Amino acid sequence: MTDRSTSKEPNRRPPIPVLAMAVIAVAVLALPLVGLLQRTPWSSLGTTLGETATLEALRVSVVVSLLAAAVSVMLGLPLAWVLARLSFRGRALVRAIVLLPMVLPPVVGGIALFFALGRRGLIGRVLHNGLGVDTLIGTTAGAVIAAVFVSMPFFVITAEAGLRQLDPRLESAASTLGAGRWTVLRRITLPLLAPSLAAGATLSWARALGEFGATITFAGNHPGRTRTLPLAIAQANEAGRPEAAIAMSVLLIGVSLVVLIGLRHRWIAPRSPRPERSSETSPS
Amino acid sequence: MSIQAEISATTGGFSLQAAFDAPTGSCTAVVGPNGAGKTTLVHALAGLVPIQQGRIVLAGQVVDDSAQGIHVPPDRRPIALHSQHNLLFPHLSVVDNVAFGPQCSGMSTHDARHRAHEWLDRVGLAHLAGLRPGQLSGGQAQRVGLARAAACQPEVLLLDESLASLDAETRTDVRHLLADIEATRVLITHDPVETRVLADQLLVMEEGQIVQSGTPEEVAADPRTPWTAGLLDVNLLTGRAVGTRVALDCGLTLTTATPMSGPVLVTFSPAAIALSATRPHTSARNTWEAEVARIQPESDRARVLLGAPAPCHVWVTPQAVGELGLGAGTRCWAALKATELTVREA
Repeated sequence: MTDRSTSKEPNRRPPIPVLAMAVIAVAVLALPLVGLLQRTPWSSLGTTLGETATLEALRVSVVVSLLAAAVSVMLGLPLAWVLARLSFRGRALVRAIVLLPMVLPPVVGGIALFFALGRRGLIGRVLHNGLGVDTLIGTTAGAVIAAVFVSMPFFVITAEAGLRQLDPRLESAASTLGAGRWTVLRRITLPLLAPSLAAGATLSWARALGEFGATITFAGNHPGRTRTLPLAIAQANEAGRPEAAIAMSVLLIGVSLVVLIGLRHRWIAPRSPRPERSSETSPS
Repeated sequence: MSIQAEISATTGGFSLQAAFDAPTGSCTAVVGPNGAGKTTLVHALAGLVPIQQGRIVLAGQVVDDSAQGIHVPPDRRPIALHSQHNLLFPHLSVVDNVAFGPQCSGMSTHDARHRAHEWLDRVGLAHLAGLRPGQLSGGQAQRVGLARAAACQPEVLLLDESLASLDAETRTDVRHLLADIEATRVLITHDPVETRVLADQLLVMEEGQIVQSGTPEEVAADPRTPWTAGLLDVNLLTGRAVGTRVALDCGLTLTTATPMSGPVLVTFSPAAIALSATRPHTSARNTWEAEVARIQPESDRARVLLGAPAPCHVWVTPQAVGELGLGAGTRCWAALKATELTVREA
């Protein structure tokens, strides 16, 4: 008895070195933000954020990040299903390719997109000659493509992990009760996956919101079309307007924090989609 | 015939060869050691396991025919399956789990919930309708799983160890429920009493094959393999108890050690009976004179089948057969101790 109770509540006092390291870790992540907030011109914040250029960048950011998240979900979910449920030759390679954008410098992604989708690029030529698309460079669509390139992997790995946790026998059980494929998907698979899908969509949206390198390299920096908040912040900083850069940074931090805190339960500790206890008895 | 099956299936290195028929409304019990292929057989009927060769007809519908390339998916077969793992949907309440099947067949949510409540009531769990599966005990989850399959009101109800984790009392209730269901039932079980009471037909499976089939009485009287003999080597008599006296349906009255009242099942091992040539003077509460119906030699013992008044099997040594001069048609005395009897509610 005593053993069990002590093992449940280990040492009352947590080890000091662990606490110290944890405090340092938080400091490393939080201090730069504190520095930023300390330099924030709070009195003129409203005016700076009210400027047309800022509002325009905010609008582009919202549109691009939401579209990118939507595309990531639509294309990423089938891909996650294929990776989780089918075994085929080259699956490891496909998964590596899917995860590559997470480790590549975004500027490399931007250059790759430029040579693939530019007017003379491999796919760009087809789009230009075959479909009459003038060019993606400099357009909001281009910015969305750049954002999808860097953010979709976040959705795919989260959704794949969720699918792997889901017991496929639940789907079989539904079919033996008369549920067709569509009903199984709608009433069993998707509801059980919902926490993972929400977490994946949030992560990929957050990544798209912060995207800078691939966008500026591939889609360019055009106000109202491809100039998202991160691009506008860099622009303002280089143009010698640090107050504007700081104000927009605070805005970006605020928006991100609100969303991350709002979804913290699902993001940090997704509810297990399989709480069912296994029945305790005899094998067949 | 509600089930006509000829199945040849191979899954993951395991090969199943089975053929059987079952009349409409009958109950077929499938027994066999672990790994014999019982679940594979039931999954083939459900359409979860594709068959390589053969043909399955359920309630007049051809659902598998290898020659014509027919394989109907599970949701379009006239079946419902309850698996021993229950597999309740964790995100749905208990009542919505049970309503799931009726909804799939096109019933409105309101009507489906109504039917679900009826079935939950029949398994004695109406008060748990609002809970999530994670809040149920193993036995409760099993009854909910059973109600969920039964609520589909299928032509063919497939039950994979549906009573395995129930306690004795609920087991009796659920057994009655299964006996009352009109569907053609296929039931995997490890319980000889369930087999005797519920099954019209018994399939014994070993190593992916049906090694014996027949009524439970036929199989019990002549088990072809040691495993079958071991499973079915139990004598089962029905009767009505008043205190420690049980008036058997066959006319004999037995004294038991457990006071009960109402209809009961009395079971005892074939080793519990002692035979003698003359009326025995022993402490055994129950003695009767019986006719020997048949004697079957087994490897190191003989199985004596007693006929009227109480049909049962008795193991004796081959020497005893000779000393007592036993043979078909001869008479002898049987002694059975009250403490050897297990009595349970019928």
